[in-house]
Amino acid sequence: MNFNNQVSRIKEKFADLEIKSEESQAGDPYVWVPANKITEVLTFLRDDEELAFDCLSNLTGVDAPPDDLDVVYHMFSYNKQHSLTLKVRVSKSKPDVASVEKLYPTANWQEREAYDLIGVNFTGHSDLRRIMLPDDWVGHPLRKDYQEEEEYRGIDTTRPNLLEM
Amino acid sequence: MENFAIHIHESYLYGLPLSVVNLIVMFGAAFVVLLGFVAPFAGLLSFIERRIAARIQCRIGPNRVGPQGLLQFLADGVKSLFKEDLIPKVADKPLFIIAPYLVFLGMFTSFVVLPFSSQWIVADLNVGILYLFATAAITVVGLVMAGWGSGSKWSMLGGMRSAAQIISYEIPTGLAALTAILLAGSLSLQEIIAAQGPHPWQWYFFDNPFTFIAFFILFVALVAEGNRAPFDLPEAETELVSGYNTEYSGMRFLFFFFAEWAHLYVLGAILTTLFLGGWQVPESLLASVGAESIAARILELVFFQLKIYVLVFLVVQLRWTVPRVRMDQMMDMCWKYLVPIGFFCVAGVAIWMMLFPDGVSFVKYLLIAFSSAMVLYYFYKVYRNFKDSRAELELNPFV
Amino acid sequence: MGIQTEEMMLNMGPQHPSTHGVIRFVVKSDGEVMTEAVPDVGYLHRSIEKIGEICEYNGFMPYTDRADYLSAMNANQGYAMVVEKLLGLEIPERAEYLRVIAAELNRIISHILSLGAVAMDIGAATPFVLALKEREKVNDLMEALCGQRLTYSYVRIGGVSYDMPPGFIERSLKFLADFEPFMDEFENLVPENKIFIERTAGVGVITREDAIAYNLVGPNLRASGVDWDLRRDMTYSVYPKLQFEVPVGVGSQGVVGDSFDRFIVRIKEIKQSISLLKQCFAQIPEGDFLGEIPRVMKPAVGECYVRTESSRGDMGYYLISDGSKNAFRVRIRTGSFTSMSIIEKISRGMMLADLVTFIASLDVVAPEIDR
Repeated sequence: MNFNNQVSRIKEKFADLEIKSEESQAGDPYVWVPANKITEVLTFLRDDEELAFDCLSNLTGVDAPPDDLDVVYHMFSYNKQHSLTLKVRVSKSKPDVASVEKLYPTANWQEREAYDLIGVNFTGHSDLRRIMLPDDWVGHPLRKDYQEEEEYRGIDTTRPNLLEM
Repeated sequence: MENFAIHIHESYLYGLPLSVVNLIVMFGAAFVVLLGFVAPFAGLLSFIERRIAARIQCRIGPNRVGPQGLLQFLADGVKSLFKEDLIPKVADKPLFIIAPYLVFLGMFTSFVVLPFSSQWIVADLNVGILYLFATAAITVVGLVMAGWGSGSKWSMLGGMRSAAQIISYEIPTGLAALTAILLAGSLSLQEIIAAQGPHPWQWYFFDNPFTFIAFFILFVALVAEGNRAPFDLPEAETELVSGYNTEYSGMRFLFFFFAEWAHLYVLGAILTTLFLGGWQVPESLLASVGAESIAARILELVFFQLKIYVLVFLVVQLRWTVPRVRMDQMMDMCWKYLVPIGFFCVAGVAIWMMLFPDGVSFVKYLLIAFSSAMVLYYFYKVYRNFKDSRAELELNPFV
Repeated sequence: MGIQTEEMMLNMGPQHPSTHGVIRFVVKSDGEVMTEAVPDVGYLHRSIEKIGEICEYNGFMPYTDRADYLSAMNANQGYAMVVEKLLGLEIPERAEYLRVIAAELNRIISHILSLGAVAMDIGAATPFVLALKEREKVNDLMEALCGQRLTYSYVRIGGVSYDMPPGFIERSLKFLADFEPFMDEFENLVPENKIFIERTAGVGVITREDAIAYNLVGPNLRASGVDWDLRRDMTYSVYPKLQFEVPVGVGSQGVVGDSFDRFIVRIKEIKQSISLLKQCFAQIPEGDFLGEIPRVMKPAVGECYVRTESSRGDMGYYLISDGSKNAFRVRIRTGSFTSMSIIEKISRGMMLADLVTFIASLDVVAPEIDR
């Protein structure tokens, strides 16, 4: 099923929702989904016979300056052999997105990584801890406005310019 | 020995009481045996094992120190002596320090009863075989102490594994040895050898089908008792880091390996003594050098050693060929297979002895033929592997 | 009244011989049997994704090597493909062939090491040494091709960095002729060993449903019975012109999806790679090895998600461009990361020794998990 058919199929089901597709100048098109409806949309995508997205190939967070965060879901179906990209936008002040861990177990770790590096708060996640960085790390490094701390536990994170030494 | 002690007492140490001098002489003798005998055996075996392993893995192995790398073990020993002796803070110090020596003691003391030739034996105990198994049990104490005393969880798991493993495998070991004891009617190693003969059809290995099976049970059980692959679970390096010797360093660490290689030798010696006719040399050969001469004793020693090294080679080849079994599989093998079969063999030998007090030559020749076929098949397989192998695999032992 | 017992907390890693790099498992065990093993990753996190936002497109190529250093060519190829797709670049056919040759050689390197490591972790030291010996020969070929032995950075955006050296094809074919019997020998040596079968068959079984739900990829997915290979089903580069089979786990010694199946699938994949390489060497056309590339790479605004079949399976690059010289966001989705996440579920109630087998058979590589 190609992208347009997929989108119309979703729109049939969620007629009242503000679901809009977007073609970028280069590369792949994607679909915007409201943040509070992502669980329902993904449940539909997984269970619908024609879409049958049984695999969440990739989940990641993207900073959207100045004050938003995106969560990107790359869906894939082994049965139908088609894929779809979903995007969710939340504000940095309240970055809450419902966790899809129950639908796709693989989301557990991927959401933890997105939480760790971007700072999306996945509500309903069973074990939302930092995964890559130490538990007491400050900030979310993949945000564009991330300021590196001067030191971490007494270790300097900067080093003097070798030419000026 | 006593004369020697009295001589020392009279000549040099007349100020001390005789009992103290006796003690000093005994320790001195033990020191000499340790330095001059067990250590080179263990060291040479380590060299042999490393070279065989290297050939199996298409490597060269140690070949720099001394002729063909023969002195590598000395270099390693000296290096270990100079290494820092680390004792972890959380270790139970006394246990940690004693453990390697206990492990080594278990192996070292078994050399006392090994019959190297018809007259060369330190002590021909009338309970020699029991003594062997008893001293082997000291090893377990040492291993558990090492595991517990290190204060590390991995070490403790290793220690517990070794306790479970060695104690379990004592049972099939004892049962299999019992078949030879039944046939010889003695616990003395010299008498067991004397009851056999120089020729294969006189060995207990081929005496009847039950001893034939018992040999293999004893082989497997002794390999397991020595913590050698495929039963090296107590020191399984990929599971338990290094098991009971994880926290050891320097000379203490080396002592564990001393014990391991010494056990390799003892393993061969026990099997040779009980089933393969020990030091027995054919009469005609013995007569040609003079039955009472020193040359005859050396000939006996050579025969004994040859049999041992064939077995040692097999164990080493086994180690570098097969993967490690799992704990439950190993226990299953002991309790579900080896022990029942061992009992069956003991009962079988007893009944056989009742039915055929003089043995059955036909069965003996049949067993010999069967074993020869097996050995030929083994050589055929090895030959085929060499033939199929690519050029760089060709066997050249002197690289 | 029974004896009071409690579970033992074991800290397996970050320095442990069987964790293949720096991974940590917090193991709760009751003697030999574990109640759970919780993986703790991140010890090798080098913020490669953040570096991707700072580098120019070309400059990020060496970092993709480090994302998966055992399969650097495949990682290179994926990144080159995603940038080319955003730029709309066409690359010469000879370059595509060279990429596939490099990628398949790299697949052999990666798989043979993994096979050796499984045997090593089960306690057989010899197969590991034999595997490494063959790996060295492929490394020599790689060195002839691009001058590097581990982190190649051979693939460039728009093609590859060098053409094949003279005599490379003959040399490779000679190696393959030697390597094929070795694989038969290896197949005879390891997976037909009784103890090996006992240790791997039925251990760490991943069902088809779990494999898809946890997003396992590559050989691990195929071993669970999913007949899926990106090279065949979402084909890219010159793979449609090549003939190859996709091995699938059949549970020949135990259950479909056990550690034994994963081992066998990797052996079969190496054999397929040999056949692919031979076809490539026969078909490779003359021509340029590097296409026309813009001096300053500024892709149009947009985003792209490209998946390639790396040695550890589906390696996805998600690239967002904001029209400037640097990428706005680079995301590398790797196979080891998702393989790691299934360990907690499958390992409950396993024996300690089986955990080691299981981890090894999944072929997780620490830098690929953490990036």
